[in-house]
Formats: sequence, C-alpha cells, structure tokens
Amino acid sequence: MAEGRIVVDDVLCKGCGLCITVCPKDVIRLQMGELTPKGYHPARLEDPEGECTGCAICSVICPDGAITVYRWVAAPEKMPAAG
Amino acid sequence: MRAEGAQVESAIYTRPESLRPVHTHYCPGCTHGIAHRLIAEVIDEMGIRESTVGIAPVGCSVFAYNYFNFDFAEAAHGRAPAMATGLKRVSPDKIVFTYQGDGDLAAIGMAEIMHVAGRGENITTVFINNAIYGMTSGQMAPTTLPGQRTTSTPLGRDVEMHGFPLRMCEILSQMDGAAYIVRRSLHDVANIRKAKKALRQAFEVQRQGLGFSMVELLSSCPTNWGIQPEKALDWIEEHMIPAFPLGDYKVHPAIAGKKPEGT
Amino acid sequence: MALELLEGNVAFAEAAIRAGCQAYFGYPITPQTEALEHMAWRMPELGRVFVQAESEVAAINMVYGAACAGVRVMTSSSSPGVSLMMEGLSYIAGSEVPVVLVDVMRGGPGLGNIAPSQGDYNQIVKGGGHGDYRPIVLAPATVQEMIDLTVEAFDLAEKYRCIVIVLADGSLGQMMEPAELPPMRPVRKTEERPSWALTGALGRPPNVISSIYIDPVLEEKFNHVLMEKQKRIEASEVRFREQGLEDAEVAVVAFGTAGRVSQSAVKAAREEGIKVGLLRPISLFPYPYERVERLADEVRSILVVEMNGGQMVEDVRLAVKGRVPVSFYGRMGGMMPLPDEVLEEIRKIHKTLGQAG
Repeated sequence: MAEGRIVVDDVLCKGCGLCITVCPKDVIRLQMGELTPKGYHPARLEDPEGECTGCAICSVICPDGAITVYRWVAAPEKMPAAG
Repeated sequence: MRAEGAQVESAIYTRPESLRPVHTHYCPGCTHGIAHRLIAEVIDEMGIRESTVGIAPVGCSVFAYNYFNFDFAEAAHGRAPAMATGLKRVSPDKIVFTYQGDGDLAAIGMAEIMHVAGRGENITTVFINNAIYGMTSGQMAPTTLPGQRTTSTPLGRDVEMHGFPLRMCEILSQMDGAAYIVRRSLHDVANIRKAKKALRQAFEVQRQGLGFSMVELLSSCPTNWGIQPEKALDWIEEHMIPAFPLGDYKVHPAIAGKKPEGT
Repeated sequence: MALELLEGNVAFAEAAIRAGCQAYFGYPITPQTEALEHMAWRMPELGRVFVQAESEVAAINMVYGAACAGVRVMTSSSSPGVSLMMEGLSYIAGSEVPVVLVDVMRGGPGLGNIAPSQGDYNQIVKGGGHGDYRPIVLAPATVQEMIDLTVEAFDLAEKYRCIVIVLADGSLGQMMEPAELPPMRPVRKTEERPSWALTGALGRPPNVISSIYIDPVLEEKFNHVLMEKQKRIEASEVRFREQGLEDAEVAVVAFGTAGRVSQSAVKAAREEGIKVGLLRPISLFPYPYERVERLADEVRSILVVEMNGGQMVEDVRLAVKGRVPVSFYGRMGGMMPLPDEVLEEIRKIHKTLGQAG
C-alpha cells in the first residue's frame, strides 16, 4: 500500500504540468481524456504500484495550491482523558 | 511503501486558509501562483491573517485581492508603497505588505519604492521580477535582460537604445532604512523553500518594527517569454540568476543568523 | 474661542487638526507650504501622523492608503502639485473613501508663478481626474471661511464618502486676518473606524477597497451609484452668499477672492447710486444654478468676475440660458483684479442699461 497519496482539485488545477516535472516517483500524469470545468487537462495521481511517499514536493511547486497531500503516519498519542 | 506502525492517514499539506478557494486568472505554470501560495502559508503560520492588509499593484496581479483571504486595497500603478505608508502610519499594529511586479516597482513606482526604503517604513514588499510586462502582453520591463526579445524590443533589448536592467536589491540595500533586502528564486523546489523562509523573515522584520523589508522573487512569464512553464523555470536559472544574483543584500543585525519562531 | 490673527494656510491646517484630522501627507509648494510646516510640528506634537512625501503623487496615494484605514486624512497643494494628484483623486473617487484636499491656486499654466489665481476652476469643479465623478468644492473668501469650510469638508467627505476640495488661492493662503478656530476634536478611536475600512479581517469577512469594475455592466452600475450620490449632494449642499440683490438691476457673480474684491466694487457702485448686488457662490460643486437662474429673472445684466480667462462664467451662462446679458471681467496669470477695475465694468454695464432704457 502506498505511504502517501495526492488529491488534485479540479477547479484549481490548470494542467501546467510542473508537479509532474518534480515528482521523484513519477506518479502524476495529465489526464488528456479529461477536462476540468475551466477546460484544462488536470493532473492526477497514477500510482498502481503504490510508490507515492507523500513527500509533498508536488505541492511546493503547484502554482494553484491545487494539491492536497496525504501520508500514512503513526497514530498520535492518545489525548489525556477529560476531567 | 507504508512504514510499520503507520496507522492514520494524515493530511500533511492542505491549501492555506489565507488563500481563497478560487480559480485564479494567472496563466498555467505562472509563478505568481507560487508566490501567492507562499505568502498565504507564511501568514497562516504566523497567525496574522486577521491583522494583515495587502496592497495590490497594477499588472497581472491586479486582482490579487480576489485571491487572498484578508483585507486588501487596490493601488494605482507604482503607488502601492505610498498607499502602504499611509495605511501603516495610521494602523501601526497591522501587517501591511505590497505585492508588485517589475513595471509597478521599478518603472512607474521607482520613486515610491526608493522612498519607502529610505524612510525605513515598517512594511514588506514582495517584488515579482519576471523581466517583462505581463499584463499588457510582453513589453520591455526595467529588468528585461540585454538581448531579450519583447514586443517593444523586437530585435532584442539594445542597451544603446534602451539602457540596462535595474537591480533593485542592490540599489535598495544601500538605504539606511532598509532592514531586510533579499533576492530569491521560484524556479525549483529547493529555491521555492528558500523563498518561503525569506518571506517569513521579511514579515518577522515588520512584526519586530525593524524597518523596510523586501523579498525579490525571480519569476517566470511562460506566455510572454513564449516557452513552456517548465522551460521557463529553466530560463530563470540560466539567464536571470546570472543577471540578478540570489542572496541576502541587507539583513538587520537583530535577525541575522536567527530563525523565526516555530521554523 | 477668541479671535486670533491667523495666516490663511496656518488657519486651514489648524482647523483640520481641530476637526480631528488624524493624518496629513503633503509636499512643499508655494503658496501653501506654511500649511505643511504647521502640520509638521503640530501633528507629531499631538501624536498624530505627518509625512512629507517624496512628491504630490506619493502624497495623494498616502492619503488614499490612510483613508482606506478609516481615518480623517487630508493633503494640501497648489495648482501644479494638484495636477500630479489627479490620478490619485480619481482612484479615491472610484473607491468612495473620504478625503479632504485644500488647493491654493497660483498662476499658470505650467510652472506659472506663485501669485494668486483662480485658473483651476474647470480642473477642480468639473472633476479633475479621469472618469465620471465630481468632488464637492467649497470656495472660501476669508480666513474665517478657510477655517469653517475646512472643518465642514471633513464632515461632508464622510457623509457622502467622497472628495471635498477647499478651493482657495494664493492671497487667501498668505493673508493674515482675525479669525476664530473651533475647539479641538479628538481623533477617531480605532474601534470606531467605519465597517468598510481595512482594519484587519478579525471576526468579519475581508474588506476589499478597489476602483476596478472590469465588467462594464458592473462599472456602469457603480457609475450610477456615483450619479445618485451627486444628485443627493446637489439637492442638499448648495451654499452661497448674497448681498444687495433685493433691488438690483445688475448682479455681480464671483467666488473666492474675486468675490471679495467685487464686494468692495459693489459697495462703491452703490454709493454712486448704481443698483448692483453680489452673488458669491460658496459651493462650486454643487453649483447654485437654481439661484443664478432666478437671478436672471430679477436683474437686467450679470457681470462675472474671475481670476482666470473665463471658467465659472460658463456655469453662469448655463443657468441664465441667454435671458439676460452675461459679461465677463477677468485677470489672469496671478494678477489680482482691483475694486476700481470691477467698478469700471459695473459702470459700463449701468451705462448700457441706461441707454437701453
């Protein structure tokens, strides 16, 4: 299972492709068969081998803040009981 | 691959709250978007969204006030530093910044930026230098490089006819009132991270009342340079950085060598 | 409060302070620099804001910024400096933030000279900056009026969220007369700044102050808003003074210093038995068209006196609609008309009327 994943927002993504140029695992692709409401081909995670590490480098370069990055992490310590 | 003991999926990067969740009119791959995002992230991290006022320029970022999620004013071309001065002087507890392009700051606004630095006004300027006039479709800017083709230098900028590019960090760092004058670049992830740190420092300088702060960000204009977004980022590295060297041109001793709280 | 001997420029600056003006941004230019200098020591003394800007361009934009923050703010200048402010004034009008400007006119065009003139009537009264907007324009003729109208300017600017211009000339700026200043009014508390101001988006959605309406449909709607505002101003803010018009055959219409000179001429003419009176507009926008129109029913001839080549006379002609002759007497380039010159014009008209029967 992948350590991380990204979700690209359709309204915001302009298909500029910069995320693709920086992804170290090369798991992002422009969807040439799809159009966003603004008429762009959006970027999407294509990660059949589960290689995304959630490094978030894509989100650093995204000019539109269109990428949300998730990563599987250790569970946070339990909160102390109330009262 | 997922680490052992990883049990919870956490959102480790989400869009900053200081940016409105709206589509922007900037061209695909334009570094304005990166600059906006970094400013918004810094403002979120400093917790100052509710006391920040931005001043938008004339240029591609004229509608910046539609994209940021805090108080904003629209300035006349080049006048943002003067507006910021008026606003900050009567509201000294607010964080006031201008966001300006190369025409706005270094052409029509040259007097205003020089004097805001000279007065040591406690405001921050984010200077987007992409060596061209974007909004009006690609004319020469004060920072256009010799030989660079633009619609008003169709044969390439000839220094005999059009003079030389202006290096604003070098100029403004001479002012006693300037507290933090640095140049960074947005052409790759490592430099974008450095740019964010510089923006954070600049706002800290304002918060501490140390004087005028400016972060010049070497930026791209794929549309008017006529090249693809990723090639445009390479162009920054190959051509702009030699002409506009990255670095710290002035750093107030009070923050030299110190990292802002929480970074 | 007691009468004090005050110079016009100092009087209007101190009047603004008494009206609670919180910030002044200006640039030296003769013949109003005394106002800047007065502000330079008084504002810091009172813990208020003073900046000598790098130019009038910068000054008006500093004013714009402070106005966006919701405080009482002003600048002052003279003809060439006010020309530099026109861009800023248009932006201020298009953003509906309140601003007060005092323009102490001098000889022109171009660099001209530093002598008094009324040569900027058209520039100021018809708008000045680009676009469809009209500032309220008030024309004092005495140092006391410089004080009173400057104080009123701040109230009007906030009432209508518009620009108010006090239109004076170099002689008013420089002359010294006994006048009374109002009591001191404190500056607005931060928590009392208007809800539209850029005070930081704490507990409310962000405020944006801009004059951009990129969609012409929306721009036209906004232009209508400004037109409605103008109508309200025209309905309520006309101001003028009249003297000796009850039985007059000739009326002199003049504003500011020209009005004051004409007052002496009218007095002298009355002593010669000429039935002449004076109408002195105080609001130039809104112009007292209705009063001038009625005047054309009351008198047989109108003489307009100005310190320019004939600018307000067009507004008089507009109101008179050709029903009585309107003649013009003007001095330009910083020359002051003297009462004797105006008296001579009145005599000429009187003679013409006598011949006409």
